[in-house]
Amino acid sequence: MGLENKIAEALPEVLTTRLDALVNWARKSSLWPATFGLACCAIEMMAVTDSRHDLARFGSEVFRASPRQADVMIVSGRVSRKMAPVLRRIYDQMPEPKWVISMGACATSGGVFDNYAIVQGVDKIVPVDVYIPRCPPRPEMLIHAVMMLQEKIMKESLRERRDVPEEDAREAVPPGTLPGSGISATNEAAAQETPSRPYTIASRHERRRSS
Amino acid sequence: MSKDVEREKQIEEGAARTNATYGAPSPLVTAFERGERPEWASELIQAFGELTIIVPRERIVEACTYLKTTPGLEFNFLADICGADRGPEEEPRFEVNYHLFSTTKYHRLRLKVLLSDEDTHVPTVTGVWRTANWHERETFDMFGVIFDGHPDLRRILLPDDWKGHALRKDFPLRGYEPYSLT
Repeated sequence: MGLENKIAEALPEVLTTRLDALVNWARKSSLWPATFGLACCAIEMMAVTDSRHDLARFGSEVFRASPRQADVMIVSGRVSRKMAPVLRRIYDQMPEPKWVISMGACATSGGVFDNYAIVQGVDKIVPVDVYIPRCPPRPEMLIHAVMMLQEKIMKESLRERRDVPEEDAREAVPPGTLPGSGISATNEAAAQETPSRPYTIASRHERRRSS
Repeated sequence: MSKDVEREKQIEEGAARTNATYGAPSPLVTAFERGERPEWASELIQAFGELTIIVPRERIVEACTYLKTTPGLEFNFLADICGADRGPEEEPRFEVNYHLFSTTKYHRLRLKVLLSDEDTHVPTVTGVWRTANWHERETFDMFGVIFDGHPDLRRILLPDDWKGHALRKDFPLRGYEPYSLT
């Protein structure tokens, strides 16, 4: 309605920018969360998408049930020992680039559940980008976390997110396998020969952190 | 001290009141009072309108079959099986409690099997009530009570590679080692 004409007149025909900035802007503007609702925090996570809080304003409302279509994993709630390998498998199934938000006291540190059944912080299993405190956090806090994640994404560089070398991927055991569980049961000799197999394919995220 | 005595008196009164409220005693109790004690019942406890029978473990299947099939009792519903650990220093250490209910007669009964620490074997009652399957798996999972003859005695709640039995009193609250994949 004239606006396009105005912009076309005002702007030069060619724009230059950093590739990082362009890609990061594209990524942060369309974060698709994989829901990992594990407890009461999930209720607040649902509230985030409702009409009152409306996460859609920040380009992040398309919650996906499939990890293949998601960028951000929002771990909302306490992670039990039994759920931990499942969570790791879902994380491994998400395509790069991927980020993790640890929502609430339980996901962040185990919270009040300092016992045998609960993993004491989801960062024992997957690398976490943003932690949210409180029990449970307000929906506004999750929105804030998404905005913080967007700021973080804008600071990233494409060079930091290179592909996993192929030989590493070949060496790795299937994602989500517990250490020693499958291999030792079926073929103990084979397991003894290769004791230092990686537990799972380290994400680029984790490589960056460890190097 | 006087407070404790008072409290005990209150509890006794409460128990009497509940016993009075919950109607006629079950046919089992009247049979007991006439002296017709079934062979499988080693002790009968009545409190708060609830009836508990302690059963030696080798008679538990017999007891359950009798209670389920006898007309007038008809305990056709096994509401729950749960274990209890009285502590490593106690003897007998473990209990297995069977909570029975009759949907036709509308009465309840608790069976209790006592087990020592060294020998935690109980015959399974899956042949009597099929729902016992998962309840027994849970009791095995949490207390390490082994149900002989169970068709599929695996862990049901804890992960398959778990060490120990989590609801035993000597299980450390935080587990044996912190969990981490990194």
